[in-house]
Amino acid sequence: MSSLDSDPDRSNSRRESRRSGGYLDAASGTWLNPAAEQAWLAALEQGWADPRRAYHQGRHAALLLDAAREEIAAGFGASAGQVEFTTSGTAALAAAVERFAPNLPADSTVVTSAVEHSAVPRALDRWSGPIRTVGVDRLGRIDPAEFAASLGSRPGLAVLQHVNQEVGTVQPIEQVASLIGPCPLLVDAGASVGRVELPEGWAVMTASAAKWGGPLGIGVVVDRHHRASTGSAGDEWLGRANVPAAVAAAAGLSWIMQRRELFAAGHRKLIAELREQLPVLISDVEVVGDPLNCAPHILNFSCLYVDGEALVQGLDRRGIAVSSGSACAGVSGEPSHVLAAMGVLTHGNIRVSLPFDDCAPEVTQLLQELPGLVRQLRADLP
Amino acid sequence: MSSELIDARGLLCPMPIVRLARVAKTSGVGSELVLLSDDPAAATDVPAWCRLRGQEFISATTWDGSGGPAMAFTVRIATQVLNAP
Repeated sequence: MSSLDSDPDRSNSRRESRRSGGYLDAASGTWLNPAAEQAWLAALEQGWADPRRAYHQGRHAALLLDAAREEIAAGFGASAGQVEFTTSGTAALAAAVERFAPNLPADSTVVTSAVEHSAVPRALDRWSGPIRTVGVDRLGRIDPAEFAASLGSRPGLAVLQHVNQEVGTVQPIEQVASLIGPCPLLVDAGASVGRVELPEGWAVMTASAAKWGGPLGIGVVVDRHHRASTGSAGDEWLGRANVPAAVAAAAGLSWIMQRRELFAAGHRKLIAELREQLPVLISDVEVVGDPLNCAPHILNFSCLYVDGEALVQGLDRRGIAVSSGSACAGVSGEPSHVLAAMGVLTHGNIRVSLPFDDCAPEVTQLLQELPGLVRQLRADLP
Repeated sequence: MSSELIDARGLLCPMPIVRLARVAKTSGVGSELVLLSDDPAAATDVPAWCRLRGQEFISATTWDGSGGPAMAFTVRIATQVLNAP
């Protein structure tokens, strides 16, 4: 895919060094894509001033920020005034909930799912009314009818992710939207931007630039019901607007939107190969998530009788970086709430998520290394 | 029928399931096993193991017997377990 890069020499050398790192944990974050990196460097020179100021340096920063807002709005099928920047995807979810909370009766119901990003329950801490959390089936899917019915007689807000960040299952956003009628639908698109086509039917969508190859420290809230102009000078920042990061996020989004289908096609083949080969090469492997309606870049599976943390560390020693939803591999000591909600095995768990690159060498390496590692860990059990 | 007690308290995943599988392999069809575990992963992993291995998950209850707090998972051996780690 090097022909698509705007600066082939540079991105090739960068890619070589990253490929040797064997990074397969894109869902935790990826490197800046080449367009985002170039835009950021340019904006550091041209957009460093405070866009709220009336002198020409400030006006220049404000123009760059306006253009970034416009570009991001286009990516989400919205208008510039409907885009609010935040400092992260987590902050975007909190800001989105804040948009609704003051305007609804105190006893109106929020419905969400049991497999949302942990930022969702945190954002809903501010909600005073009842919160209903709808469970999922073994593949990680909510039932749209159950979800809609859970809003009851006083619907307030529906909060649902588009793509699950751990298992890749895609939720039926458009079906939910048609069933909940006028109740606003807040969609967390953190794991889907740049990966799958964004759905229709939502009122507000949130995402994080770091997940689409943009910089850290930029989340977006896209509010389609918002008519007035969001402060074009960056009023949503508590202090001075981070214009260079916003500019980089916008350039990074356009870059990936133009290449989304190309990456997705390559990734789907690699994930399909993993899905087919892992259970052949390794005994007692459970591949989890919806095999049909899923994001192209994520595969999640568990190896029976194996320690998830030992898998992550063993693969790291072999040059492959993945994450795990196993209790032992996390900081909380609890297994992944997503795997638990699905009722699937939580130990020996691995999530593979492909970065925006040709990941074929890494996938081949994983298929070569993992069977022996699992056999060894099982043989070494006390 | 009597139940065999497997005390896996203090063990973290995957060891409670490994212990369960090892005892299950030496148990006849129809026997019941009770696994005691304080590993938070067990609540999901015991039913998941039963599903993957074709065994019958009976219940998960709070253990109020001796030896400290735990969950007690009752499993009935529905098919002979041939492989254990």
